[in-house]
Amino acid sequence: MPDEFGYKIEAKVDMAASGTSVPPIDYVPVAERPEQELYHSKSWWTTYVFSQDAKYIGIQYTCVATAIALVGLTLSLLMRIQLAFPNLSLLDASVYYQFITMHGMIMVVFFLTALFLGGFGNLLIPLMCGARDMVFPYVNMLSFWVFVLAVLVLVASFFVPGGPTGAGWTLYPPQAITAGTPGNLWGIVLMLVSLVLFVVGFTMGGLNYVITVLQARTRGMTLMRLPLSIWGIFVATILALLAFPALLVGGIMLLLDAVFGTSFFMPASVSMGELLQTEGGSPILFQHLFWFFGHPEVYIVALPAFGIVSDLISVHARKNIFGYRMMVWALVIIGALSFIVWAHHMYVAGMNPWFGYFFATTTLIIAVPTAIKVYNWVLTLWRGNIHLTVPMLFTLGFIITFLNGGLTGLFLGNVVIDVPLSDTYFVVAHFHMVMGIAPVLVVFGAVYHWFPLVTGRMLDQGLGKLHFWITFVGAYMIYTPMYYQGFLGVPRRYFEMYESSYISTVGLNVFITLSALVVGLAQIIFFYNVIRSVLKGEKAEKNPWKANSLEWQTPKMPPEHGNWGEKLPVVYRWPYDFSVPGVDKEHIPQNVSPSEVAGAKVEKT
Amino acid sequence: MFVAFILFLVVVGTLVFHFWSPYWLTPVASNWGSMDQTLILTFWVTGAVFMAVGLFMVYCVWRYRYQKDRKAEYKPEDKKLEFRLTLLTAIGVVALLAPGLIVWKDFVTVPKNAVEVEVVGYQWGWNYRLPGEDGILGKTDIKNISDNNPYGLDLNDSNSKDDIMVQDADLHLQIDKPVKLLLRSIDALHNFYVPEFRAKMDMVPGMITFYWLTPTKTGEYEILCAELCGTGHYAMLGTVLVEEERDYSNWLAQQITFENALAQNRTILQLAENKK
Repeated sequence: MPDEFGYKIEAKVDMAASGTSVPPIDYVPVAERPEQELYHSKSWWTTYVFSQDAKYIGIQYTCVATAIALVGLTLSLLMRIQLAFPNLSLLDASVYYQFITMHGMIMVVFFLTALFLGGFGNLLIPLMCGARDMVFPYVNMLSFWVFVLAVLVLVASFFVPGGPTGAGWTLYPPQAITAGTPGNLWGIVLMLVSLVLFVVGFTMGGLNYVITVLQARTRGMTLMRLPLSIWGIFVATILALLAFPALLVGGIMLLLDAVFGTSFFMPASVSMGELLQTEGGSPILFQHLFWFFGHPEVYIVALPAFGIVSDLISVHARKNIFGYRMMVWALVIIGALSFIVWAHHMYVAGMNPWFGYFFATTTLIIAVPTAIKVYNWVLTLWRGNIHLTVPMLFTLGFIITFLNGGLTGLFLGNVVIDVPLSDTYFVVAHFHMVMGIAPVLVVFGAVYHWFPLVTGRMLDQGLGKLHFWITFVGAYMIYTPMYYQGFLGVPRRYFEMYESSYISTVGLNVFITLSALVVGLAQIIFFYNVIRSVLKGEKAEKNPWKANSLEWQTPKMPPEHGNWGEKLPVVYRWPYDFSVPGVDKEHIPQNVSPSEVAGAKVEKT
Repeated sequence: MFVAFILFLVVVGTLVFHFWSPYWLTPVASNWGSMDQTLILTFWVTGAVFMAVGLFMVYCVWRYRYQKDRKAEYKPEDKKLEFRLTLLTAIGVVALLAPGLIVWKDFVTVPKNAVEVEVVGYQWGWNYRLPGEDGILGKTDIKNISDNNPYGLDLNDSNSKDDIMVQDADLHLQIDKPVKLLLRSIDALHNFYVPEFRAKMDMVPGMITFYWLTPTKTGEYEILCAELCGTGHYAMLGTVLVEEERDYSNWLAQQITFENALAQNRTILQLAENKK
């Protein structure tokens, strides 16, 4: 009689009958817990709006995060035009500072974090783990709608008196809540409320992701057989669950300082010539809380990108990811270390200078596991059979971009080199390369890769290639010159681009802005491609990239509610059995049993 | 072929841009040339790694591009290779970090003979204060700040009387004399940064932060605020002049002390009162 996995229990009987102590090769021990009944929606509202299906929530997250990212992108283009062509008087200084603030916060938190964890997390975790859904579907639905509320509050700050806050995305007090900064009354309050809501919403989703990975994997899916995408999202979610509380605490205290005049972060100080009533608070304490969240945040964005890119590179190079176990441990070690490096953002913030030794050392140690990841990606290409598909192109673009941005981190992490470079355009170039462009290239690669899984249609490869080349080369041309502005000492967050008396950067500035406009406009190609392909794209065959991971092995593509039809899949191997010697098939999906590929000379995973 | 070629151009183009473009560090005008040396060391080590990994990737993309009859290698791990790469990276990181920490030690160790100069940041400008003949800066408190006393000096502290006030004017420094800059802000975060001096540090209300330097080249340099401090941040510029001893003494002799400034202000106030 088959059990819920369609697994024949007679296997055990065979074993006893044959009198050997060796179990048959297809045998996988029973799961520890029985399957739960699945939630089924009953109305239009619960199917299409308050959906509890993780795949659907993932798409909802992706759409909202992308929509707000378009706002962030538009703000950045307007800022670039202002910087290069100040004669147009497009923005004034207040508006410029409001735009840098909103651009930063939108892109880091409301776009990349929400997209990688809320979007890809929801789409991929149940499918890749072989589960029917997240363990808490209702909480998952709430998570998304609280996120929507957070986005709405954030957007509302554009329309309140004084406009959004212009304190910079770091929201440093005292200036975040004093009169010299735009949006110091309404804007900052809405920003903080929005962040608090985001943390609340994220916590509900994050618990789901972690618990689903730990508890709802199908039979045979050991942790060391998980695709690296899931490992990346899993570790990043743990980081987020531990790091966001620091933001929550800092945010609430700053809110109290702003609204009720408390002095958590406010020292005795003057504002516009008037002595304030505040006393005794510490602005640097806020910076510690902010960066205790802010540094892990970098990895919350980067680790899912690392994971996804590992899977893309392996599938499209038709080769197993090189050094899987090392890749997993590197993710875990990077995650752990990311909690003890935060003050490298504060080398020149006025904290005790002796901190510099500790934080420079921990920061440079992180370079080792990170470098291993880069080596292993490149070594995966070595002796592969590389299909230069659009996802593969984005992967290659990511490696170059991340290499560039990661290596420049060694400048800023090494405390004494940070002294001349911090707060200059070098920093702007570094973090855009490493946590802006690099993850976004992965997002695009991932969208081209998983689009057929979601829609059943392929994205146009020709348009995809055009989109890739303009985006990758263009973005590279935006940020590489900025490093050199940083060497010159051009400070960031200047409304009028500072002109060094040593050498003019006017030409460079115009060049950067023109590149940015081209890259920004090139995204139209992408959206055109998505809309066109949803409507009338080429129908995708099942498992179009011939991948091994479970999301492509569902009975129907796109997968239906509950993902797996009657029987849950049973997993016999890791997801990287490509080009295995001894078999004709180029790839062996995770749910193919050893007896079906008897001659395969696989290493045990 | 095409893909590998463009990627090759991007990797090599980065190097070409470096050599071809005129943009690089400004000539250093303080003792922190050692920061430049660590920076340049890091630049070449990381640059070499960038070229090596980048070009190796380009080679793989070209050499192992899809061919119908090729089968990729199946080799999940290579412990020896992974260990060697880890070790090599660790050595590289130590080689970059160690010199950095040595220079950092210099940066945080202020020489005993350094003269103190106070820099006070406000939205949006700079004031300075020198210790005067007694060599000691008088105590301050934000709460003492008034129109009469923009620095917030403690009137009861006798050390403050001879303090020299340089208000909304250029700062002058003497060449080859180490200075310890005591950084203070009365309202928002600021950061005292002179690109040619290399060093910078935030100024935080409620705290006194510091760094030290020795100016090594005479000339006029621009002071930039390097920490977003509100709408006027980009306009919070100032000027510092590094001078030979004689010029510096001449300038110093023209500055007024706190006591004189107070007296002057009182006279002005008195005149205003009398007019009423």
